[in-house]
This record gives sequence, C-alpha cells and structure tokens, in this order.
Amino acid sequence: MQMSERKRLVRSFIVDNLLFGDGERLEGDTPFLEEGIVDSTGVLELVLFLEETFDIRVEDTEVIPENLDSLDRIDGFLESKIARKAPAAGLSS
Amino acid sequence: MSVLCRPERSRDPSGKGAGAAPLHELAADVLRLDAERTVDDIRSALRSLLRTELKRRGLVVAVSGGIDSSVTAALAVRAVGPERVFGLLMPERHSAPETLPLSRRLVEWLGIEHALEDITPALEGVGFYERYDAAVRLAVSDYDEGWRSKIVLSSMHERAGYALYSLVARSPSGRTVTTQLRLRAYLEIVAATNFKQRTRKMLEYYHADRLHFAVAGTPNRLEYDQGFFVKGGDGLADVKPIAHLYKTQVYQLAEHLGVPESIRKQAPSTDTYSLGQGQDEFYFGLPHEKVDLCLYGLNHGASAEAVALAAGLTPDQVRHMFRDMRRKRVATRPLHMQSLLASEVPEIPPLKGT
Repeated sequence: MQMSERKRLVRSFIVDNLLFGDGERLEGDTPFLEEGIVDSTGVLELVLFLEETFDIRVEDTEVIPENLDSLDRIDGFLESKIARKAPAAGLSS
Repeated sequence: MSVLCRPERSRDPSGKGAGAAPLHELAADVLRLDAERTVDDIRSALRSLLRTELKRRGLVVAVSGGIDSSVTAALAVRAVGPERVFGLLMPERHSAPETLPLSRRLVEWLGIEHALEDITPALEGVGFYERYDAAVRLAVSDYDEGWRSKIVLSSMHERAGYALYSLVARSPSGRTVTTQLRLRAYLEIVAATNFKQRTRKMLEYYHADRLHFAVAGTPNRLEYDQGFFVKGGDGLADVKPIAHLYKTQVYQLAEHLGVPESIRKQAPSTDTYSLGQGQDEFYFGLPHEKVDLCLYGLNHGASAEAVALAAGLTPDQVRHMFRDMRRKRVATRPLHMQSLLASEVPEIPPLKGT
C-alpha cells in the first residue's frame, strides 16, 4: 500500500532527525517509545514539527502515546485534527 | 504496609544483589540496612580509593544543607577525619533562605574547615540570570524581575507516557501561572540552569586541586540510576560514596551518624529554582519512600502488586513507574559515559565507574 504524503513527511522527519537517516526498520506500527526512537525530548521535537508542518496546535492533553507513538497513530491523529479544523476554516471564509 | 514473608536471600540492604528470586511480597522494612556495617564499608572503600586510585589526601564535599550532602560529608569525616575534609557552601541569589544556615550547622557540627563561595557573581558573569529569564519568557511572556519560577514534572505516573515538564511562575503580586513547556523553552531553561551545578563543580575542583584532595559527589541511588544530575555538574566527582544507597537508607544513615535533626527533618528540595521545588516534583511526582520501593522492586524483580501494597500505590501506578524507570535509565545512560572515542586507544583502556 502506498504511503500517504502526510505520513511520508512525518516518517522523513523522524528518520532524518531522530535516526540519523537510518530508518530501514521503521514501519507504520513501530512503537517509538518501546523501540527507543522517541524519548520525552524527542516528542517535543515531534510536536513542534507537526505544528509547523501541518499548521495545527497540539494541545498539552494531546501529547500522549495514543496520538504520537507510531507513524500510524500520528497519521490518525493528524487526520482527526485536520478534519476538526476544516469546518472552522470554512466558517471563517 | 505489608509485612510478610521476606525471603532472607532477597534482603539486600546494599542493593547490589539484583537477580535474586522474584518477590511477591515486600516487607515494610525491606530497605532497612545495617547502618554501622554500611558506614564501615563506605569508610574502608573511601580510604582505599583515595590511597590506591585517586592518590589524594582528603575529600572536598559541597554541602547544601540537604540530606545527601550531609551524609556524604559525615561519611567522609568518618573515613579520613575532620582535618582531611573540606566543606564548600555555595549559595546563589535563588537559593532558599534555609540553605546557608543548614549548611553552616553541618560544617560546624562536623568540625571541618570550610569556605563560603557565593556563586551569584560567577553566574552573573556568564549571564545566567538574563539567559534564564529570557528562556522563561518563551513560556510566560510577562515574566520579569521579582517573579519566581520552577519546573515540575507533569504527573507522569498518571499520564502514562512521556516525562514532560511544566513551568510554574509566580508574580510579585502572587499570581501563579502554570504551563507545560514546549521544546525550545524547556531546553533553554534546563541549559541555563545547568550553569549552577557546573559553576559549583568548578569551585569544588579548584579547592580540591589546591588542597590535593579529591571531590566527593553526593548522588543517592535514585539520582545515580535515573540520571538526575548534570553532566559536568553535580554528576562529576572522583568518588560517589552513597550512589548505591536508596534515599530511605540515606536518611537511616543520617540518623545513625547523628546528622543534626534540623537537616534530617527538612523536606527534600533541589534548591535549584527561585521558587521552592520539592524533589518529588522534579523527579517522579511521588514522595521518595514510594519511589525507593518502586526502584527496589524493579531491581529485584518484585511484582507490581507487591510493590503497590508496600508503597500504597495502585499496581497500575507501579507498572508505569517500572516502565518509566527503565526508560529513564536508558535515556540518561549517556550522562554516565566517559568521552566516547571513534576508535580505541588500546594503551588507555576505559576505567570502571562513572
């Protein structure tokens, strides 16, 4: 299955910044904490990247492994964030 | 507290014996040690290390008025005598008002030579206060003179996952702002604050060099294991006499050694931030007795249920603690490392110890 552009961007950020380019074993469901890919500082870097790249605000309460601990989870999280944002954008236009 | 069936082989006051049989119940006094024997062991170790490895004539100890540095200094005196221990009192502008009187009380009780080195001018020299305030303003834009602040750990054992820190800032009028720290503010605040530990260490080595003494570090087991120290700051020392002792055991030794009650009764504090900060806020969000039992349980393969019963926590909380402690141990491993080499220099093999 082809990876979405969104997921590809996130993957590329993680591989380039947290794995020094060595991301061969990074699958969609690879758990970041368990595999030692993302630690507590890493997750703050990830949040900043998501906010800047996808123009969203990640709330403090959303910084949890359920949203951020694998590529698949991040993709799902982004999808719901962007979906929630879309109607609001519509209203303001 | 559970008090049942402690297998004798699992009772390991030194905490050295990981690998014992799994524990399904923890005794309330599982961390109780043979204080006199422990003091003797540390005394012998210090004397031997000074003579054979370090080749120095005594010990410099930075005393903060806290329990760890007080016990370390008292052990140093037991090991080499008061005339071979030098105490350093190093407050700065943000130190708690009780820091200095408690530190003085200790060095006077021990009868050791000491020096007061106020590190405020040194910190001003490197621009610490401006850098720190600027870093805090990244999180609280109206932070200014007269405000006080600290960082605290978000209650990790409840939120399962990341160890994230919040900034607590209090205005001169008493208004308190709490905000979870984002990447840049967090890194800048920690980086600036580390000036304090590193400045103190520079002075410890200055005095150690002029006296031909070694520097004794003061981390307890939790701090050592979980990397609660600043590399090149409080993490740097020639010898760490209590790094194998749980904090509960450090308190027991303090009582045994006769450390003044005013120091023993003082609530543990990091004394690092301008707003009073309990160690429990900075470390795991739990009192040290409970954290000690979790770490002991983790080290001895105890079940989460057994630790939960002994520590008054839920099994889920203990499981989170186990997981977080394992992760933190891995994440902070580089803090223990000597400088790494791209290629071996065989004539200079790496030394044991960190």
